[in-house]
Amino acid sequence: MTETTTRTAPDSGTEVTLPVHTDLLRLATAGSVDDGKSTLVGRLLHDTKSVLADQLDAVRRASADRGLATPDLSLLVDGLRAEREQGITIDVAYRYFATPKRTFVLADTPGHVQYTRNTVTGASTAQLAVLLVDARKGVIEQTRRHAAVLALLGVPQLVLAINKIDMVGFDEAVFTRIAAEFTAHARALGYRDDAVTTIPVSALLGDNVVERSANTPWYSGPSLLEHLESVPVAPDPHDAPFRMPVQYVIRPRTVEYPDYRGYAGQVAAGVVAEGDEVVVLPAGVRTRVSKVDTPDGSKPRAAAGHSVTLLLADDVDVSRGDLIAAADAPPQLTDELDATVCWLAEKPLTPAAKVLVKHGTRTVPAIVTDLSARFDEQQLSSVERPDSLQLNEIGRVQLRTAEPLPVDEYAASRRTGSFLVIDPADGTTLAAGLIGVPLAPLAAASE
Amino acid sequence: MTTVELPNDLADAPPQVDNLDALESEAIHIFREVAGEFDRPVILFSGGKDSTVLVHLALKAFWPAPVPFPLLHVDTGHNFSEVLAFRDELVERHDLRLVVASVQDYIDDGRLRERPDGTRNPLQTTPLLDGISENRFDAVFGGGRRDEERARAKERIFSLRNAFGQWDPRRQRPELWNLYNGKHRPGEHVRVFPLSNWTELDVWRYIQREKIELPELYYAHRREVYQRDGMWLTAGPWGGPREGEVPATKTVRYRTVGDGSCTGAVESEAYTVDDVIAEVAASRLTERGATRADDRLSEAAMEDRKREGYF
Repeated sequence: MTETTTRTAPDSGTEVTLPVHTDLLRLATAGSVDDGKSTLVGRLLHDTKSVLADQLDAVRRASADRGLATPDLSLLVDGLRAEREQGITIDVAYRYFATPKRTFVLADTPGHVQYTRNTVTGASTAQLAVLLVDARKGVIEQTRRHAAVLALLGVPQLVLAINKIDMVGFDEAVFTRIAAEFTAHARALGYRDDAVTTIPVSALLGDNVVERSANTPWYSGPSLLEHLESVPVAPDPHDAPFRMPVQYVIRPRTVEYPDYRGYAGQVAAGVVAEGDEVVVLPAGVRTRVSKVDTPDGSKPRAAAGHSVTLLLADDVDVSRGDLIAAADAPPQLTDELDATVCWLAEKPLTPAAKVLVKHGTRTVPAIVTDLSARFDEQQLSSVERPDSLQLNEIGRVQLRTAEPLPVDEYAASRRTGSFLVIDPADGTTLAAGLIGVPLAPLAAASE
Repeated sequence: MTTVELPNDLADAPPQVDNLDALESEAIHIFREVAGEFDRPVILFSGGKDSTVLVHLALKAFWPAPVPFPLLHVDTGHNFSEVLAFRDELVERHDLRLVVASVQDYIDDGRLRERPDGTRNPLQTTPLLDGISENRFDAVFGGGRRDEERARAKERIFSLRNAFGQWDPRRQRPELWNLYNGKHRPGEHVRVFPLSNWTELDVWRYIQREKIELPELYYAHRREVYQRDGMWLTAGPWGGPREGEVPATKTVRYRTVGDGSCTGAVESEAYTVDDVIAEVAASRLTERGATRADDRLSEAAMEDRKREGYF
């Protein structure tokens, strides 16, 4: 399906194969501190030739300055002064690599104790997550928690990379046992078996990372990279009803376009076509799409992920913050949000707190009317009616908003089912909100 | 047992959008968010390929209306004349507004002093921050990409700067879904990077697809240069060649365009966009490693400059 073209680079005479059409896969990594995540990321970058000579030279120099005998590849990915000084990864970083088949955006998340904040950030846009475990330890509590958070965030595809398989003598029985345990856990979290892939790897030695390994003759599946290149992923649910938050009203008022009035936005879910009946929310006015415009000309239809400008058949009042939706399947309009929140700030959440909620392109004041449960990360169970939510905790809240919002369940539409909680005092992002997602699947992680 | 409905019905999903389409849509979305949420945005424009792509995307985001922001160019006084001519032509053609902050003015009236090494790149920060506060710009678009440098790999798409223009990498807001938080207090501003997820190759493939014009410096041409620190620098008012540095005429091109005192050319026979794409794909050096002296100053040169308010 991917076309390529071969050209000769003018300076070196090297033959390079260039993709002329590739798709984009957004993925995130997760795992605990010592399971070899940096090594795996380094290996993927290195073996896909995404690390260039001057970057390697810089790592060699820095490693030598520190008195190390061999280059420390974590220096490739740890970008901040403090990270290099402390030898830890503090924050999510984004990495880019490409093969002739696909382009990848990888959210490299730290395996630090502050797992929720980072995993949530990385997972919010990921179409796939690679979860690492150490073959000697198998599925541990952290693995179950990470998988639960990934399920909560609706990451469609999971890969369990069973790392350090060389340390257990490439033993098939070890792999089979861990794979079965993880698959069962993922199933309990709502994943179908075809959305979960388990791969035995050695990130250090390169087994089954890019090339399939001769050391695992009992394993017939793809290498990690082969899987990443071929796994089917839709960027957003196309079969969901159409949703588009209005970002900006385009009114040129120029000689050429005196009466043009277009509603600009990125399709958040579903597909919109010329002639479709739509409803503008919160007003509830119904009209038709008269044109789907782009700077490259009008299109018959646009799907989730596309930035477009819609022209409407009737002269209705639409502005930033409104949502244009399929008339036959509109979202629920409500000022009572029932949601799961991942608390990302040091300032704790307390009931009756006044906050701002950013949903789509609309930001409204809201009040926390109830904090009904907290997910206990130690016991992997729910605690009823906690006093507060602290940094990195996940809880169940009810919010009343100053104006009604057109919302979907997060599980049906990641874009229109999510919101930010913002501190009105200083603008800090306090929490990630997921509408309608119950805590029960997280508690299921303990079973 | 409760189960979550996961969106994994992928078998009948329509084909995925092209990588460049996805990146373009994301950048346009970012432009429109800023236009909707901020009072006085500005596009930081250097005349280089990334900022030229940025202007192209802004034109697309608001088409058929004009771009609702001005451009801000920090002129180091050591810019390549081809780049200044290109800038003025672009502004004229698209009827844009241009604000210029001049490093030379600062040196002339004593607010800044020339550095002993002659490079003016680090001197840009003061005129940039003054330009932002004098014009009360509250959102400043930059063409920075996360693939350029490992400190930039940590940068958010919306990056809050305090009243001194400083970046604090340890206190960044988490960025979730495509919900960007543009809240800021008076005096603070937000740096916005719509090309965050693009690589150098993506930028060139987009230039090819969209037939975007660039300053001719980006393509192979004959030029008198001299070698310093492993880079080919152009003779100019920025000093050089110094004693012992022998000028030679070479066929070169530029991978980045910045201050003439610290941006080097690479030997190249890439005369067309297609040639450049093939060259970039085969290159074993990053664009900054190949051609930017200021990034070689220390292991954390970029991070340190960003903390001070540089891009």
